[in-house]
Amino acid sequence: MNKEQLEQRRDQWRQGFAREKARILVCAGTGCVANGSLAVYEALKREVEARGEFITVDLLLESKETGVAVVKSGCHGFCEMGPLVRLEPSGILYTKVKVEDAPEIVEALLNGGKPVERLLYHHPLTGEVYAAEHQIPFYHHQQRTTLANCGRIDPEDIREYIANGGYAALAKVLTGMTPEAVCREVIASGLRGRGGGGFPTGKKWELTRIEKGPKKYVVCNGDEGDPGAFMDRSLMEGDPHRVLEGMIIAGYAIGADEGYIYVRAEYPLAVKRLKKAIAEAKEYGLLGQNILGTGFNFDLKIKEGAGAFVCGEETALLASIEGKRGMPSPKPPFPAQHGLWGKPTLINNVETYGNIAQIINKGADWFSGIGTPSNTGTKTFALTGQVANTGLIEVPLGTTLRQVVFEIGGGIRGGKKFKAVQIGGPSGGCLTEEHLDLPLDFDSLKAAGAMIGSGGLVVMDEGTCMVEVARFFMNFTQNESCGKCVPCREGTKRMLEILQRAVNGEGRPEDVETLQELAEAVRDGSLCGLGKTAPNPVLTMLKYFKDEYIAHVVEKRCPAGVCSALKGYQIDPEKCKGCSKCARLCPVQAISGELKKPYQIDQTKCIKCGACVKNCPFKAIKEG
Amino acid sequence: MNQEGVKQTPKEEHANTYQRKFEKVNEIINRLGRSRSALIPILQEVQEEYRYLPEEILTYIATALGLSPASVFGVATFYAQFSLEAKGKYVIRVCDGTACHVRGSNPVLDAIKKRVNLTGNKKTTDDLRYTIETVSCLGACGLAPVVMINDKIYGQMTPDAINIILDELEKEEAADE
Repeated sequence: MNKEQLEQRRDQWRQGFAREKARILVCAGTGCVANGSLAVYEALKREVEARGEFITVDLLLESKETGVAVVKSGCHGFCEMGPLVRLEPSGILYTKVKVEDAPEIVEALLNGGKPVERLLYHHPLTGEVYAAEHQIPFYHHQQRTTLANCGRIDPEDIREYIANGGYAALAKVLTGMTPEAVCREVIASGLRGRGGGGFPTGKKWELTRIEKGPKKYVVCNGDEGDPGAFMDRSLMEGDPHRVLEGMIIAGYAIGADEGYIYVRAEYPLAVKRLKKAIAEAKEYGLLGQNILGTGFNFDLKIKEGAGAFVCGEETALLASIEGKRGMPSPKPPFPAQHGLWGKPTLINNVETYGNIAQIINKGADWFSGIGTPSNTGTKTFALTGQVANTGLIEVPLGTTLRQVVFEIGGGIRGGKKFKAVQIGGPSGGCLTEEHLDLPLDFDSLKAAGAMIGSGGLVVMDEGTCMVEVARFFMNFTQNESCGKCVPCREGTKRMLEILQRAVNGEGRPEDVETLQELAEAVRDGSLCGLGKTAPNPVLTMLKYFKDEYIAHVVEKRCPAGVCSALKGYQIDPEKCKGCSKCARLCPVQAISGELKKPYQIDQTKCIKCGACVKNCPFKAIKEG
Repeated sequence: MNQEGVKQTPKEEHANTYQRKFEKVNEIINRLGRSRSALIPILQEVQEEYRYLPEEILTYIATALGLSPASVFGVATFYAQFSLEAKGKYVIRVCDGTACHVRGSNPVLDAIKKRVNLTGNKKTTDDLRYTIETVSCLGACGLAPVVMINDKIYGQMTPDAINIILDELEKEEAADE
């Protein structure tokens, strides 16, 4: 297939899709599948078939017939409300759809009836009902460009990607741009690596391009290991061809003929869809030998990770592809000079590659017009935790935390108070209320002691203990430390012990200083990003929540009431009517007293099971 | 391979017995190749076959790939995915990523452990039915807390919900038997 044939096909398929009477998109992202969306898909398909309106995409594209297409799409982002079903062209979004709802949905769609109201999104606070997806506050404040196709097309059908403008950027590059010009365009766009560090992508490309060949590699880092992050997964699952296209363009720009996509082992669906995408791209001559008849060759392979967080570090990832233990090596030499099997290697994150095609298609000026001058474009974030609307979002860089948490996220669930946002996973830090108006970009976050990381945003409410959270992250990095550098291997262990002591109520006052000292040693004495950033959660905790830490260590009290070793239950003598219910329920006979007089809890016997609190008819028992 | 009618030397015979024992492993190695970069994919497929990595197979792979046993063990013990101990029929992975953690993954883990009678650091039940692990993130944070049983993900878990799921699992199991 050459460029003209690609354009012909695109036109033909576009016309085919335009013949659709309507399209029912059922989300088949991991979240919705877990909630049963595949059964919903089958049910909707059966309903449409029973009414004689169903059409397959094959028939739609190859004949002149028309009908209603029922399609499995990638992640719509609003995972909390899944399974999600979107109707086109109306843009109606149904939430929490069950198999039983299928007849009603199809009936309303085919007979022009009103949308099924109970399945529409109801705002949890205002009760307002939204029919169209783009009006829902969760979507309304987003700008979805990289995720434009996610939830709109069938990720397992290359024809949908091509009909929506796919591989046009590749054709443009291969038929009309020199590799230098491609690198220049990416530099001009201001795109910075979406994996966390924020290094200028174009510069990385140029540095790899000027290296001597002939053998060079392009690698995609899909080892999204940050707990609380699933942006890359959604993109690989929802629009795999976009990632492929970005990588093939990169191959042309730097002069590589081979590439690897390194995907986490925990992402089987992403692996499956990428494999399918690679096979289809080869079938259409968009990958492999003589791409689009231009003589350019590029081949792609998938490498499945085996579960090691440190492999997100680029040199460790390359070691893992080579079949070794995934341990980082010192830089320089950088992968651009000495990468995979010692050859010049370009390594970028999934989302970074996902941005390339649109930069080529719409131009660097368009891209740099989004966001702020030194932080251009959009960024996807995984918004999770104690926030009303969780899911996958995309906003221009520079959007404030407040907009993300309160406008898109809908505020804190259960009407509780906002306490902190953990950003950037175990390498990031916690930001507090005072940072709510901070623009989310690479530089502002770094200044505040956190980092964008891959883009995980975990919102925490007042019921979260920050010391426990710091312990949680330290436990994670301690487990994931590869063991190469002593300060990281030993230091994280000692820091974990100190934090463990604090939450167990055995903290010592001098621990604060030791913790601070260790944190600095680990940061300065480690080779790779994992060790250098491992103390961040602890340092931000000490910076912004020091009083909470002091409460644990000095007063032996957990202000959030989370740490069970520091919990104690008290009976309020004013409220206690002496009914004896708690004493009878207590599994360790820690409660005693006289009938009709206030009871007492023996703290030495109490195991803090909470049975008394839950069952007191007068709410007289409190934690504290 | 010996052609029919050709007599085998004792050495060849020994090699053939060995080969039969490791037939599946050989098939995997032959398909994926003997380069160092094939090591991790080979271990992944072997583990899929045996549900863990038996020690004698690791040394066998080392010989086949011309690597030292130490370097193969080094890789097998480095990555969390690999297990040198037999795993249960049902591998239950409780996600303890940040999102799941703050939404209460610990009570869910405790409920599962209690139900299948696992205490301390023990991961697999004696009858090899269940293996309980925690994982750092399954990437389904929108549904936190999440539990994965073999390849299936269950979202918005609570201690009660996971018990219902395990009830069903056991019912199916009993029906199969």
